[in-house]
Amino acid sequence: MPSGLEPLLLEYLPIILFLGIAIVLGGVLMVLPLILAPSNPDPEKLSAYECGFNAFEDARMKFDVRFYLVGILFIIFDLEVALLIPWAITLFPNGWFGFGSAMLFLGILTVGFIYEWKKGALEWE
Amino acid sequence: MLMALAFYLFAAVLTVAAVMVIAARNPVHSVLFLILAFFNAAGLFVLLGAEFLAMTLVIVYVGAVAVLFLFVVMMLDIDFTELREGFLNYAPIGGLIGGVLLIELVLFLGGMMVAPASSAPRASPVREGVSNTQALGEVIYTQYIFVFQAAGMILLIAMIGAIVLTLRERTGVRRQNVAAQVGRTRAQAVENVDIKPGAGI
Repeated sequence: MPSGLEPLLLEYLPIILFLGIAIVLGGVLMVLPLILAPSNPDPEKLSAYECGFNAFEDARMKFDVRFYLVGILFIIFDLEVALLIPWAITLFPNGWFGFGSAMLFLGILTVGFIYEWKKGALEWE
Repeated sequence: MLMALAFYLFAAVLTVAAVMVIAARNPVHSVLFLILAFFNAAGLFVLLGAEFLAMTLVIVYVGAVAVLFLFVVMMLDIDFTELREGFLNYAPIGGLIGGVLLIELVLFLGGMMVAPASSAPRASPVREGVSNTQALGEVIYTQYIFVFQAAGMILLIAMIGAIVLTLRERTGVRRQNVAAQVGRTRAQAVENVDIKPGAGI
């Protein structure tokens, strides 16, 4: 483990505190009702009320595959932006070579973007 | 001391969550355990000092890939108990793949144990006072430019593949054509009809 890592990890202290509070609060909110709330289970409470009817089918249903397409395209551009964050930090030390490298990368993805646009994958009927 | 504690906590939760991904009966629970596993892996990356990787893991995997998995789980209209019946048939091949991975890990880590100096040239030393993201940026775009461009090509292929696989032309639907809709003039849309009184149209 490299030395000098501890100060860096100390910067994460607020996140750890936040995480701890979230876990404790979530646990408390789950345990308290078990202790305090009146519990009187009865199968009639779960049955369909009077003229209501039982569920016809599963809650899962097929939905349009285009939601999935939009999700995949989102991930691709998400990754693209994630790969550009170190580029933004080291733009000047890397000089024109680093700039051109990232521009080529962006160019390749722009080809894909144009394809996607022309193909109508972004349109919603 | 504190770091060792954090490491064992993250590693233990990660392992348990990874086992629960394949052991949980409900596939939605599996995906939620997968998200827990991703978060703990991000914690391990932070402990290693790989901040950028940790944040990317949270943003990309938790924020996008897990949501996509949830999509798939919701979209599949399958009886999952039926699907599980053939589960044991795949156990030999799954065990085989797991064994190969285990051997690889043992060889890799064993090599580092036997000769600690062998892993020194592989690690790219980070200069003092340089953040992880900056150190990464100094090598990705220059030293590893071909790998970086290959990543771009892979993303392009993924994009085209997703479109080819899922996009199908539908007939009988009316698409939006913004230019034509905006470019419409009053003369094209409205017509004045001269009607004689009492004659109808």
